[in-house]
Amino acid sequence: MRKNILQISGFLALMMLPIALYAQPLSVAEIIKNVKSFDGKTITFEGEVIGDVMRRGNFAWVNVYNYDDALGVWMSASLAAGIDHTGSHRETGDKIEVVGVFHRACPEHGGDMDLHAQGLRRISCGTLIPNVPSRKKRNFIIFLLGAFIVLWIFTRSKRS
Amino acid sequence: MILKPRLEDLKIIGYYLGKIILGLALTMTVPIAIGLGFGEINPTLDFVLGIIISTICGYLLTVFCFTEKDMNWMHGMIVVSLAWLAAMVLGAIPLYLSGHWKSFLDACFDAMSGLATTGLVLVQDLDHLSYAHNFWRHFIMFIGGQGVVVVALSFFVKGMSGAFKMYVGEARDERILPNVINTARFIWIVSLTYLVLGTLALGLVGIWEGMRPMNAFFHGVCNFMAAFDTGGFTPQSQNILYYHSFLYEIVTIMIMILGAINFKLHYHIWTGNRKEVFKNIETVTLFITVMVTFGIVAVGLTQVGIYPNAEGLFRKGFYQLISGHTGTGFQTLYDQQFMSDWNHLAIVGVIIAMALGGAVCSTTGAIKMLRVGVIFTALGEDIKRIIMPEKAIVVKKFHHIKEIFLEDKLARSALMITLCYLVLYILGAFAGTFYGYPFLDSLFESTSAAANVGLTCGVTSVGMPNGLKVVYIFQMWAGRLEFLSIFTLLGFLFAVFKGKK
Repeated sequence: MRKNILQISGFLALMMLPIALYAQPLSVAEIIKNVKSFDGKTITFEGEVIGDVMRRGNFAWVNVYNYDDALGVWMSASLAAGIDHTGSHRETGDKIEVVGVFHRACPEHGGDMDLHAQGLRRISCGTLIPNVPSRKKRNFIIFLLGAFIVLWIFTRSKRS
Repeated sequence: MILKPRLEDLKIIGYYLGKIILGLALTMTVPIAIGLGFGEINPTLDFVLGIIISTICGYLLTVFCFTEKDMNWMHGMIVVSLAWLAAMVLGAIPLYLSGHWKSFLDACFDAMSGLATTGLVLVQDLDHLSYAHNFWRHFIMFIGGQGVVVVALSFFVKGMSGAFKMYVGEARDERILPNVINTARFIWIVSLTYLVLGTLALGLVGIWEGMRPMNAFFHGVCNFMAAFDTGGFTPQSQNILYYHSFLYEIVTIMIMILGAINFKLHYHIWTGNRKEVFKNIETVTLFITVMVTFGIVAVGLTQVGIYPNAEGLFRKGFYQLISGHTGTGFQTLYDQQFMSDWNHLAIVGVIIAMALGGAVCSTTGAIKMLRVGVIFTALGEDIKRIIMPEKAIVVKKFHHIKEIFLEDKLARSALMITLCYLVLYILGAFAGTFYGYPFLDSLFESTSAAANVGLTCGVTSVGMPNGLKVVYIFQMWAGRLEFLSIFTLLGFLFAVFKGKK
């Protein structure tokens, strides 16, 4: 009996392993490297929302960036409504975790590599990036301007 | 006997180079205005530094090399080749200061890629780059596509004979209008008109597809400059895949094709002579080569069976093909997908398309359609001579704006440049193989760099060896200028060291 329970538990753990593996957040590079095994499977993808949340009727395209590249996520407008900040020069975007079906060449979207979201969780909110002028650059500009003015006066006086 | 260049030669070269650099410095006022408009303080400072350094360099050259003498052919060619290198270095300064390029070499790589309208990138974290820097990346494509020297010719250079020599040195030997400065200005008028229309079209499509209006039009102007100048940069890291939009792809295809046709043909279309489109050897050759190479790609992709329907085949197969053939480099695939999802047949189809290119006197690179058309016409003529009776006289003409007799000198010139390009593609492939990349990947990337296309299978990356970055920079530079000015520069340098006084 005990042996049976152990065997069943071991079998169940092995069955859960692929789900657990696909539940680990993946990078775009990893996905592309193992694209055949992920095609049509439910995966977890995590990263920063960048650019625009592009609403298209009852759905939206959201591009999510992690580690090395961004992946297009097709989600319902209601899921997309939960995104407040998108990454740009002035701010970091919301960091989100998306669970959905991965397509190597989506038949619905002209062969795009994409993820059709089934669930979304916001991990952290985006924030404004400080826009403080660099003192070093400002001082270097002043120095160079001064040098140029001196040079200009020198060359003009030499000519005359 | 090779004579050592005189001081007077160096002064002429230095003086006109200085003038072009001053013109380039002036172009940096545009990203400064963008930075101020968006409240991007540090990016604005980067361009202020860039403009001051460029102005100092240009000023020093014009003052210390002042001369009233005009250029000869040698001077013109050398000024052009050096101007492009100077533009690369000076254009890289604000990019490097942004902190988004790992090294100054990487910034120079992207600057040359922009100026030569290639589109290969080493930028990091592109999705967080400022509007000012992003605009500059695309603006240098616009400048490079029209011609660094064309910019100067339009606005800064007095004296016509020297101007034409520089114009030819920049791989533009077609005179659209009798006066070369008027030709340069016509090119600008066409480009600016299409800029307004193209930006409007892409901006409106962007809004339709859910982008915020400000971003839609900013992306519109950047993507127009990249498409019309067959460059291939985009404001986001996913390239055209970012938009997930068939309509956006269709509009960019139209703009890419416009950019790949001869400016002389644009002149004829604008002046009402639309029949020229169907008679011209370049457009006919382009149509044939697009069909043939797409046939190869389509067969290859069908064998793989990766795209489930005709829409996928068009949006992935045809899009990458037309992007490569026009020398643009827009991608709707991730870099690695070329090698992971496509088979060798499809990849070879794209390599051939990239190697051929678009029209002469357009913004595109590579061998170009006029040469391909001339070579095949000459081949046909030779075959006819063999078949026809010995006493028969075979005279072949082709139509390029007007009827032109196919002379041996024309065929030889086309073959020589074609040979130079093929050697450049192969040498670059060997360099990639030397650094450990597979041969097909290396050939793909080398052809993309030398033909100024910008499609990448993943070889071009931040982790690429510095030696290979230098090789690709050279390929982009040589490919864009079509060798003549590069050879003249090399000959000049040889004469400086080995010439007799």
